[in-house]
Amino acid sequence: MISKFVSSVAEALDGVKNGSTVLLGGFGAVGQSVHLIEGLIEQGARDLTIVANNAGYGQVGLARLLQERRVRRLICSFPRIAGSTIFETLYKNREIELELVPQGTLAERMRAAGAGIPAFFTPTGVDTLLAADKEVREYHGRRYVLEEALHGDVALIEAWRADRWGNLTYKQSGRNFNPVCAMAATLTIAQTQHVAELGELDPEAVATPGVFVDRIVHLPYGDPQL
Amino acid sequence: MSTTETHMQPWTRDQMAQRAAQDIQEGWFVNLGIGIPTLVANHVPTDKEVIFHAENGVVGMGSAPDAEHIEPWLINAGKQYVTLRAGGCYVHHADSFSMIRGGHLDLCVLGAYDVNTRGDIANWALSEDDTAPAVGGAMDLAASAKRLWVVMEHVNKKGEPRLVNECRYPLTASGSVDRIYTNLAVLDVRQTHFQVLDMAPGVTPEYLIAHTEAELRFD
Repeated sequence: MISKFVSSVAEALDGVKNGSTVLLGGFGAVGQSVHLIEGLIEQGARDLTIVANNAGYGQVGLARLLQERRVRRLICSFPRIAGSTIFETLYKNREIELELVPQGTLAERMRAAGAGIPAFFTPTGVDTLLAADKEVREYHGRRYVLEEALHGDVALIEAWRADRWGNLTYKQSGRNFNPVCAMAATLTIAQTQHVAELGELDPEAVATPGVFVDRIVHLPYGDPQL
Repeated sequence: MSTTETHMQPWTRDQMAQRAAQDIQEGWFVNLGIGIPTLVANHVPTDKEVIFHAENGVVGMGSAPDAEHIEPWLINAGKQYVTLRAGGCYVHHADSFSMIRGGHLDLCVLGAYDVNTRGDIANWALSEDDTAPAVGGAMDLAASAKRLWVVMEHVNKKGEPRLVNECRYPLTASGSVDRIYTNLAVLDVRQTHFQVLDMAPGVTPEYLIAHTEAELRFD
């Protein structure tokens, strides 16, 4: 019998190594697996490369992981923390590396990794500082920048409902980066608000098929805080 | 101050948004940036069906909810609570940006620091060594929407022109802007100059020329 449920956050994060690249779903607080990130702080892995749209929020989760000096490099589109200057301080003091990536390029680099595409050309960023050192090629009279797939050792994602095969649904805009993170990592770990029996999820509503998910932990934690 | 300037009534932020909203056609798929562009949605009447896109995967975004109807998982790109209108749906980030990059947006409205006559736009960084650079979806939106309109004050806080010959700030995209709505005028981007389509009440061509670096044409 297939069952991807584990009984604790610690079990979910078992084996995450120092130096790992960790993909985080979420757009601000919405859809971010804050309890798994808190668990990663307890778990102890350091020298991490974190891939996320924002640099966390408040004083929890990614903001605290940054504060604890566990992140060597942040790959991010909008590295701001609402109500905090943790990232700005680390960056100003050169205590963290930043790779700034346009939001759509960030999503597509992860999608490409999950889809077996090593690199792709995108029109985003042509003639800008963010493409300064990148190959540019013209197709049909328009110029495109070469971007490479972004693979994760681990993805930490948040689902609304999950079954034991790892099939996931998401709540409203909580979907955001979670499905692309799920498909781009070697080890995908989901926290879910609700558990569904196998066969209970509408097959047409499953947004992430279980084949992209390795471990699930049930954490009915309530609403995200903006 | 001259007599003409005394009688000048520059458009307010809301009036700029309203002026842009009146040019949006029914049926368009539209993304609105943060700041004045967000206000544009308030001026599109609900019986004119326009589909608003939020880059975090909301297709068919509706107005802000009242306090009793907040959905904690339903936010826009500015991380404010929003609603989904009938016919709307949710997509993940790769699909959301496929809609942007794939040229499916009829219109994107953004703010900017400056714009030149070739349609180059600078709106994401104030300098090349920004203390905390952040780009979000600006470059994707600016590069690939079918139409890109900019809504911004005609001059910056120091009184310097924002309609320029060469952008002074790091570029977001080149050759992308089609139209600009400022507090003084509505202008089209025409490669060698800006074409003035409309002016706020009391604004004279002389006043506009004096507050614009690039060439203006009024015919």
